[in-house]
Amino acid sequence: MAMADTRKTALHLVVLVVAMFGFGFLLVPFYSVLCNLTKQNVLDGPDEIRASSQVDMTRTVTVEFDTNLRRLPWEFRALQPSVQVHPGQLTQVVFEVSNEKNRAVSGQAIPSYGPAYVGQFFKKVECFCFSRQTLGPRETRQMPVVFVLDPAIPKDVKTITLSYTFFEVEGNDPRQGQSDARSGA
Amino acid sequence: MEAVHAGAHGHDHGHHPTGLMRWITTTNHKDIGTMYLWFSFTMFMVGGAMAMVIRAELFEPGLQIVSPEFFNQMITLHALIMVFGAIMPAFVGFANWMIPLQIGASDMAFARMNNWSFWILPVAGSMLILSLFVPGGAAGTGWTMYPPLSIQMGMGMDFAIFGLHLLGMSSIMGSINIITTILNLRAPGMSLMRMPLFCWTWLITAYLLLAVMPVLAGAITMLLTDRHFGTSFFNAAGGGDPVMFQHIFWFFGHPEVYIIALPAFGVISQVIPAFSRKHIFGYASMVYAIAAIALISFFVWAHHMFTTGIPLTGQLYFMYATMLIAVPTGVKVFNWTATMWKGALSFETPMLFAIGFLFLFTLGGFSGLVCAITAIDIQLQDTYYVVAHFHYVMVAGALFSAYAGAYYWLPKWTGHMYNETLGKLHFWLTLIFFNMTFFVQHFLGLAGMPRRVPDYALQFAEFNKISSIGSFGLGISQLLFLYIVIKTIKGGPKAGDKPWDGAEGLEWTVPSPAPHHTFEDPPVIK
Repeated sequence: MAMADTRKTALHLVVLVVAMFGFGFLLVPFYSVLCNLTKQNVLDGPDEIRASSQVDMTRTVTVEFDTNLRRLPWEFRALQPSVQVHPGQLTQVVFEVSNEKNRAVSGQAIPSYGPAYVGQFFKKVECFCFSRQTLGPRETRQMPVVFVLDPAIPKDVKTITLSYTFFEVEGNDPRQGQSDARSGA
Repeated sequence: MEAVHAGAHGHDHGHHPTGLMRWITTTNHKDIGTMYLWFSFTMFMVGGAMAMVIRAELFEPGLQIVSPEFFNQMITLHALIMVFGAIMPAFVGFANWMIPLQIGASDMAFARMNNWSFWILPVAGSMLILSLFVPGGAAGTGWTMYPPLSIQMGMGMDFAIFGLHLLGMSSIMGSINIITTILNLRAPGMSLMRMPLFCWTWLITAYLLLAVMPVLAGAITMLLTDRHFGTSFFNAAGGGDPVMFQHIFWFFGHPEVYIIALPAFGVISQVIPAFSRKHIFGYASMVYAIAAIALISFFVWAHHMFTTGIPLTGQLYFMYATMLIAVPTGVKVFNWTATMWKGALSFETPMLFAIGFLFLFTLGGFSGLVCAITAIDIQLQDTYYVVAHFHYVMVAGALFSAYAGAYYWLPKWTGHMYNETLGKLHFWLTLIFFNMTFFVQHFLGLAGMPRRVPDYALQFAEFNKISSIGSFGLGISQLLFLYIVIKTIKGGPKAGDKPWDGAEGLEWTVPSPAPHHTFEDPPVIK
C-alpha cells in the first residue's frame, strides 16, 4: 500500500518535471505573442513619426550602413556607404541583394544600431526588413529604406551605424505578395 | 580481508559492503547525507579558492596576477560551484540526514535513486573544474550565461552546460525523493502541520526545484542548440532575441534564490527555539510565509532586468511585486525575534550563527529592497552594491545557517560534542571577516565600481584592499571549521541522546551517534 502511494506521488512529480521542461520552450512563442500584443521590440513594422517634428538644420549626423549575411547564398550591399542627414529630414537610401543560387530563397533582415540606444530615435518609414524577402533564381533586387532621425536624438551623437543582417527563412511566406509589392522590385 | 569482515558481521549490519564500496553502493540516508555534506564542503573549498584568486587580483588597482579572461572564468566558476556545488548540496545533505529522523521514517522513499542523485554530483563538479583546462578555458560569461557571449564562448561553455544539466538532474531526483518521503512516509500521528519547520521548508523548496530546474535545463539546451545545431533562439542575427534568454533564465533564477534561502530558514527555525527554550512563535504563520515566499518568487523575475528596456508599467509591477516578498519574509524575521523574546537564551555556537544569520540576512534583505526600487536599481545594476547584497543573503544567510545546522546536529551525527571554544572562535572570526569583506562593497557599489571587472579606478583602492584582506581572513577561518569537525569525529566529550536541553523533535529520541538504521518501527507520536 505504502509502496503504491510513493510510486503514485513520484509519477505525479515526474509529470510536473516534464511539463515544466516543455513550459520553458513554450515561453519562446509566448514572448513573441506578448511582445507583439504590447508592441514591444517590434522590428518588422513602420515607426510612428511625430507630425510636428521640424528639420534641425543646425546639426548633421553621419549614418553609416553595414550589411551582413548569415547562412544565406546572397550578395548584400548598400549602394551608398554612408549619408549625411539633418535630424527630422526624410531620407531614402537603397540596398541591393542578389540571389546567387538557381533556386528561390527567402530571407528576413533584422536591423541593429550602433550605439544601441539610438535605435529609439531612428524612425524607419519604409524598410525591406518589415517583411520577408523572396528572391527568385539569380534575381537581383534594389530595395529602399526611408527613415527620419527624431530631432530629440542626443546632441553628442555624430555618427550612427545601421547594420542589417539577412538570415534564411524556410518555407513560404504567407505575406509574400505583400512583401513583393512593398519592396517595389 | 574486507569481504571476510563484511561476511562476519553481515547479519548485524544488514549485508552492506565495507570500505570504499560501502560509500559507492550505499542506499542509507545517513551515509548519503554525510557524503552530500563532505562533497559540499569540498566544493566550498574549491569555490573559496577561486574567490581568493578574485580578491587577490582586486587587492590593488591594475592587472597583477591573472589575465582578464581568467578572471572572468574565476567569477563564473566561483558562482556556479558555490551555488550548485556547495550551498545546494549542503542543504540536500541536511535533508537526507534529518528529514527521515524528523518525521519518523526509516529511510528516504527511493533509496537507490538517492544514491544515484548523489553520485551524479562529483561528475558534474568535475566537469565544471575540468572546463578550466580545455582550449579557451572555462566559461567566462558570469554564472548567468547571457547570450550573445555564451553563444560565442569556447568549449568550456559546453562543459558548463552539461555540468549544469547533470546538477539539475541530481536536484530533480533529490526533490522527487524528498517530496515523496515527506508526503508518504511520515510516522502515524505526524500530521503535516505538526512537522518540524525544517521539513516544511524542504517540502516547498523541493516543489520549487521541480518547477524551475527543468526551465533552466530548457534554457541551457536552447543555448546549446544555438551554439551547435543552427537554431536561433537567442541569436538576433538569426531572428532570435538575446533578452528572451534573460527572461527564461530569471524565471529559474529568482525562485533559485529561495531554493537556497528556504532550507536555511528551516534550519534557523529549528535552532532558535532550541536555544531560546521556547516553542517557535507563530508556527502556522511560518508555514504560510514559506508558501507565500515560494509563490511570489515566480512573479518577480524581471527585477533582475530593469535595464533591458522593459516598459514602465512592467517596471512598476515588478518593483511592487518584489517589495511584496518583504512581507512574508518580515513575518518570519518577526517570528524568530518573538521566539527569542523572554526566552531562556543561551549562546552556544549554533545559536551564535543563528543570531548572526538573523542580523545579516535581514541587512541583505534591506539592501535587496533598495535594489528593488527601479529608479535606484538602474544606478546600481552590475555594481558592487549588488555583489554586497547577494553575498549578505548567500553567505551570511545560507552559509551561516548551514554552520548553525552543522554545529546543532554534529553531536547527533558523530556522538561527540564539538569544542565549544573553537566553535565560538570560528563564529566570531567568520562574522568579523565576513563584514570586513562585504560591508565595504556597499560603498564601492554606491560609488559606481562595476562588478565582473578585474581592474578599477584608483578611487576604489582603499575599500578594495580592506575587502581583500577580509576575504583572506574569511577563507582561512573556514579551515578552522574543518579542523573542528574532524576533531569531533575522532573524539570529544560523549554526546547524550539530546545534548541541547531545549531541542525539540524526533531526531533527539534516537541515540547519539544515530545508529545506521532508525525508526524501522514507526515511533508513536502523541
